[in-house]
Amino acid sequence: MSGVRVLVGTRKGAFILTSDGKRDKWSIEGPHFAGWEIYHMKGSPVDANRIYASQTSGWFGQLVQVSNDGGKTWAVPGGEEPPTFPARASNKFVYDTSAETGKPLTTHQWYDGTQHPWEFKRVWHFEPSLHDADTVYAGVEDAALFRSTDGAKSWHEVAGLRGHGTGPHWQPGAGGMCLHTIILDPANPERIYIAISAAGAFRTDDGGKSWKPINKGLYSKYIPDPNAEVGHCVHHVAMNPKRPDILFMQKHWDVMRSDNAGDQWTKISGDLPTDFGFVIDVHAHEPETVYVVPIKSDSEHFPVDGKLRVYRSKSSGNEWEELKKGLPERDCYVNVLRDAMAVDTLDECGVYFGTTGGQVYVSPDGGDTWNAIVHDLPGVLSVEVQTLP
Amino acid sequence: MIRVVLPAHLRNLAKAGEEVQLEIAGPVTQRSVLDALEARYPMLRGTIRDHVTQQRRPFLRFFACEEDWSHEGPDALLPEAVAKGEEPLLIGGAIAGG
Repeated sequence: MSGVRVLVGTRKGAFILTSDGKRDKWSIEGPHFAGWEIYHMKGSPVDANRIYASQTSGWFGQLVQVSNDGGKTWAVPGGEEPPTFPARASNKFVYDTSAETGKPLTTHQWYDGTQHPWEFKRVWHFEPSLHDADTVYAGVEDAALFRSTDGAKSWHEVAGLRGHGTGPHWQPGAGGMCLHTIILDPANPERIYIAISAAGAFRTDDGGKSWKPINKGLYSKYIPDPNAEVGHCVHHVAMNPKRPDILFMQKHWDVMRSDNAGDQWTKISGDLPTDFGFVIDVHAHEPETVYVVPIKSDSEHFPVDGKLRVYRSKSSGNEWEELKKGLPERDCYVNVLRDAMAVDTLDECGVYFGTTGGQVYVSPDGGDTWNAIVHDLPGVLSVEVQTLP
Repeated sequence: MIRVVLPAHLRNLAKAGEEVQLEIAGPVTQRSVLDALEARYPMLRGTIRDHVTQQRRPFLRFFACEEDWSHEGPDALLPEAVAKGEEPLLIGGAIAGG
């Protein structure tokens, strides 16, 4: 029987949860990298044993860890090799300002409206290539996209994004100016979607050379021009690989859908109790089935009335059903962060999410029922799942 | 032989003991010690000083002989007791959090 491996990044280390296809009995391994913040871990679609992890710390900066055995052992890529010339390192993320491939390092908007220099802080998200285990993208703060083609031993900025022209209008959200979403189009290797908080969503159709904002239809009343080309606080974007032109977005407020690869967005919040939130994901086999976790408001980052709920729409939005069986009915005041929901691809699609209270929940039946795999991890920053043969 | 004491997180990362010993030819300075440390433990590159600016990370401190050397220049000579191996150079994380 096939199984699943759930990769959980937390405030104090990484945990790996494994189960067979029933998803009712779990093995818990960890913490890996105890004491470090693990913003994200993700496995290669080409080689399930290859996993990339973003390890970060306010003291020691950014590190990258890679496992080649499904998370049993880890190493800093190139960390045992003598220094090379020109110098390279798996944690060296330098904005590309070269004349050949780079763009001038401009400033971006700061919290007080002044301009602020671009400064690398950490990796928020890794997106391994769909075709090559050694190629991986990194979304970083301050917002930029990097790519490695040597298994994360060295990185090069995909500079067309930061340099395409709207950068001076981007600004940090409360968590920093992060590039948190990277979606590789399985039908078109030249097409990549990314999203930045708070700038919006962007798309390239030429493998990263040129980019354009794809924010038409977004309305954000907390910025001077609610319909601006950029400046929107997009929290997460999701896509079902079977319908790569259809995107779902959880914005700061508003749940949105685009039916044309982001060229135009339509609000699909419908009858949600609140349309503030961070996560959004799509059922693995039903491209019309979408999941969100409504959060009360931008100033109260917890569920409405202390009841943790997932909402599911089977009609691509607007009509939502409350999913609560197995979830806390009272006194629950956790948050679910933007990269902390995932789905597996087993025949009966499993849905997973982690909370800032350290719980990781699984629904082995597409959302109908929920169980806590673990209750007391450190605050969960990210959840990814690998479906194993 | 120069002695360097690493904070727990970096010890684990380098798979090293609490104190590491390094051979340094020439003047013993912050820069020469960190160069030798990173050459022996390449996985520590970028964790103590920034890759590009080579500046000490803001929340790290360098102590030696009961004095704070964090704000000395990278090419300033460290105390003779450190150069002779009688005292270690201590690399520590600033106290933070709750």
